[in-house]
Amino acid sequence: MAMRVLVGCKRVIDYAVKIRVKPDKTGVVTEGVKHSLNPFDEIAVEEAVRLKEKKLASEVIAVSCGPPPCQETLRTALAMGVDRGIHVEIGGKDYETLQPIHVSKILAKLAQEEKVDLIILGKQAIDDDANQTAQMTAAVLDWPQGVFASKIEKMDGTLKIQREVDGGVEYVEAKLPAVISSDLRLNEPRYATLPNIMKAKKKQIAKKSISDLGVDITPRVEVLTVEDPPVREAGAKVESVEELLTKLKDLGRI
Amino acid sequence: NSSLVIAEHKDEQLVPITLNAITAAKKIGGDVTCLVAGKTVAPVVSELCKAEGIGKVLIAEDSVLEGTLPERVTSLVLACQKQFNFTHIFAGADAFGKSLIPRIGAKLDVSPISDILDIKSPDTFVRAIYAGNAITTIRAKDPVKVISVRGTCFEACPLVSTEAPTENAPQADLSWELTKWISQELSKSERPELTSAKTVVSGGRGLKSGDNFKLLYDLADKMGAAVGASRAAVDAGFVPNDLQVGQTGKIVAPELYIAVGISGAIQHLAGMKDSKTIVAINKDQEAPIFQVADLGLVADLFKAIPEMTEKIDQYLSK
Repeated sequence: MAMRVLVGCKRVIDYAVKIRVKPDKTGVVTEGVKHSLNPFDEIAVEEAVRLKEKKLASEVIAVSCGPPPCQETLRTALAMGVDRGIHVEIGGKDYETLQPIHVSKILAKLAQEEKVDLIILGKQAIDDDANQTAQMTAAVLDWPQGVFASKIEKMDGTLKIQREVDGGVEYVEAKLPAVISSDLRLNEPRYATLPNIMKAKKKQIAKKSISDLGVDITPRVEVLTVEDPPVREAGAKVESVEELLTKLKDLGRI
Repeated sequence: NSSLVIAEHKDEQLVPITLNAITAAKKIGGDVTCLVAGKTVAPVVSELCKAEGIGKVLIAEDSVLEGTLPERVTSLVLACQKQFNFTHIFAGADAFGKSLIPRIGAKLDVSPISDILDIKSPDTFVRAIYAGNAITTIRAKDPVKVISVRGTCFEACPLVSTEAPTENAPQADLSWELTKWISQELSKSERPELTSAKTVVSGGRGLKSGDNFKLLYDLADKMGAAVGASRAAVDAGFVPNDLQVGQTGKIVAPELYIAVGISGAIQHLAGMKDSKTIVAINKDQEAPIFQVADLGLVADLFKAIPEMTEKIDQYLSK
């Protein structure tokens, strides 16, 4: 039986942008800064679309939680081949304090409403680097988790998952429904073609609010400061291998 | 306050990051309890009991804990939490801890705190965001703090001759059948482990092929060093992914880090910039890696590395 698949699409500051910390130390500058689909989520979208192309998935639904521009993020996923989008609109202060614990509850709720068999999420977002949402969504639903996946294979009602772990790889089998998170080497995401970008404009994005879903998004953490990291000063250039080895010896490093 | 540290082990040996996590737990103050879960844990327990200043070690030995599936270990941790009411639960921020800690957090309905760099007070923690390009200090409001610890930011807890007492962990429902652990394929290496090595020699795209990594292996073997790689080298298929140093790979902070043919992308710097001494060898003098290197050598690595390997014997401390 073909699966219904839910993918998460977080809107983040583009990976190529050099971020700037706000002078008042409350966060980083986001206004006027290019945003894109979180790279790990792009991999999740690609994997879901490939499942559909192999006829292993019947429908792929993308979800994004955040302010109105998240719709653009969803359009990116739709242009890659996702069938439809759900935008959970959260703005202002609520969005600033939104944490993976909240998002995992939203995703769990939508997964139940949409009766999905598989949730694919990026292993981490490149803004908060939390690496939590997939694990927490699986826990909320009491579903198996296969996180940091570098290969998945469907066999009847089971997924065989190759996971990237310290020192090598690990294999687990998860009964569906399940949650997986994508690692870098799961696939190489496609570029959306112009015809597909045009087609994506006609695809449906449903709008939902937090009250529709009944999820409590009370802040769990308070950000006290956001600061620049300590700067590491560039040292000296050396002219030869001998000079390098002499200096390393003087420093007691060899 | 009281803390639980979930021990990690591999091939019946304690994984060193556990000792860094214990140091973090000790900073909270109060009792520190450790939990060892697995199929065969006796050798791990006997090592862990010697960790200085811990109160006790809880043991859960069961064949169904082979592979320490996060689904089953979470049940066990919840049973421990029910009995002992810890204020803090810790694990190392590596693949094991990162799989497990958020699952525990969700089950306790608390927001986990990933990959902490420092502890300011029992509820205030420092962590990196945006691949280490910003550092944030946060206060956690949840009653229980569920935390993963960046190993390189906390000293390893010393092992001493006195032994902490052990007891069996509380009974937990380990009957989870929805996930099955099949196997692990770990790269075999005689070299030191990347995240705990004193010296790391890393290669990037400049190496041009997997075969050329032999140049680094030869140098690393003379120095007793571990070998790492940039994401570019891993993506190009030169070396396996477990050698990757960077934001999404391993975070290392050795005494000496030698970056060879690595340009120094932000996400690579995030994984190594806390190294005590950084050496960069690159033929492109504009490479960003030189901006963080203590010692930079602008040279063709295919000449410089064999020369280093040849000459290093006369410099190495005996």
